[in-house]
Amino acid sequence: MGTITMNKLGYFIKEGFLSIFTHGFMSFATVGIIVACLIIMGSFSLIAVNVGDNMERLESENNIIAFVSENYTERQAEGLEDKLLAVDNVKSVEFVSNAEAMEDFIDQYDDPSQFEGFEPDDFRHRFLIYLDDTSLMEETQAEIAKVTGIVKVNAHLDLAESFITTRNVFGIAAAVVAAILLVVSLFIMSNTVKLTTFERREEIAIMKMVGATSGFIRGPFVFEGMILGIIGSLLAFLLQWGLYSVLMDKLLGSAGITFISIVPFSAVSLFILGAFCLIGIGIGIFGSSMAMRNYLKV
Amino acid sequence: MVQLTDVSKVYENGTRALTDIDLKIEDGEFVFLVGPSGSGKTTIIKLLTGEIAATEGEIEVNGYDLNTIKPKKMPYLRRTLGVIFQDFRLIEDKTVYENVAFAMRATGATNAAIKERVPYVLELVGLESRAKNLPNEISGGEQQRVAIARALVNNPQMIIADEPTGNLDPARSLEIMMLLEKINELGTTVLIVTHEKELVNQFSKRVVAIDGGHIISDGMDGYYNYE
Repeated sequence: MGTITMNKLGYFIKEGFLSIFTHGFMSFATVGIIVACLIIMGSFSLIAVNVGDNMERLESENNIIAFVSENYTERQAEGLEDKLLAVDNVKSVEFVSNAEAMEDFIDQYDDPSQFEGFEPDDFRHRFLIYLDDTSLMEETQAEIAKVTGIVKVNAHLDLAESFITTRNVFGIAAAVVAAILLVVSLFIMSNTVKLTTFERREEIAIMKMVGATSGFIRGPFVFEGMILGIIGSLLAFLLQWGLYSVLMDKLLGSAGITFISIVPFSAVSLFILGAFCLIGIGIGIFGSSMAMRNYLKV
Repeated sequence: MVQLTDVSKVYENGTRALTDIDLKIEDGEFVFLVGPSGSGKTTIIKLLTGEIAATEGEIEVNGYDLNTIKPKKMPYLRRTLGVIFQDFRLIEDKTVYENVAFAMRATGATNAAIKERVPYVLELVGLESRAKNLPNEISGGEQQRVAIARALVNNPQMIIADEPTGNLDPARSLEIMMLLEKINELGTTVLIVTHEKELVNQFSKRVVAIDGGHIISDGMDGYYNYE
């Protein structure tokens, strides 16, 4: 990097910072817009993450039940565990003896006396099988059925399918909303910078008149956009953090809501910070460049 | 050197601003371009600075052919010109020094070169004591001298001044003209666009008169006799 380039870079950074202070209100408005857009995008993404997480949890509870042949003793039946774990896509298995199965069955009813005379042998030993990927439930069910000693496999295929469909639809909706928000943010940002550049059109005209190249004229504006982008992203991150923590406390604190789990902010904070910085800086730089286009025509 | 050959300009709204203009200005010349409002003077300046393109004809400015120049080269053409306007066009929130340094920085000059050149140019226009003032803290004549310093700082081959004394009283106007004459004596070509007859007649220079988009006289007698 030559001396002139370092000079230019120093000039861009200095002018960029200076301009933020001399055009205080516009800078404030720009940061405000970046913060608002990022918070909306961030909140929506966090809702999406939590919904996804809860869906995944519910989905993983949708297990397959594999019944063991009646000819197997409890010990023999238990011995099938390793074979079942070896089947592709099986995450974990839980053995339920015929005695436990009977107990569970009877517990479902208010009046256990009606089941008097039933013996554990009337039930089969069984395994509750949890999967890594429930979208492959049908294939996994078929593989489990092939294991010697397993006589019947029950799977809630329709339930798994509806989970997958819901998750896909939600995923697409989240992506579409995020894309729309991004375009709207860019549009607002670009118009805000347009106002700034309109305010400074005289300065730009003078720069052109004295022979500044387009890159040189654009430089300070782009740096200004970048700096405002960074400030906006960091502010948005802190606000998002605060907002999320308050809402999380409220939700977890309310007695009625026990069936949902909430992803802690720390689990997604790095991702959110990275995404905010990338989007914020991107909006800053791209917005400035877009707004400058008309002023740089020869 | 500037040469316009058979240049005509018709604006998009149909207004014919110039017709068949032939004009040659050699390096080191001092030329007044005179004429009433709407005669086409400003159009000539805009053509020379590449702000607009000619409808017909050929224009050459300091070795650049404006008919074929690429947009990327335009800043380099403009660096050979120093342009001065009636309304000074200074940046209000920059000091006198910064206004001048800004023009040098825009061409990629180093800090060391700026620190060396700007005080010299400010001294040349008699503003060394005003370096730290903002434009609104100095008089109109001084502001125009800042604009002249800014035009000079990149050591252009030619100074183009568009009505440089339009906003000044007669005494300040004369001062500015004398300053431009001094700059010309140092070797820079000077083209001054004006309609101030009395001022032009104070100097014995080449006067090109234009009216209705035509050059109606071009003489070395230094007399502006167009009514």
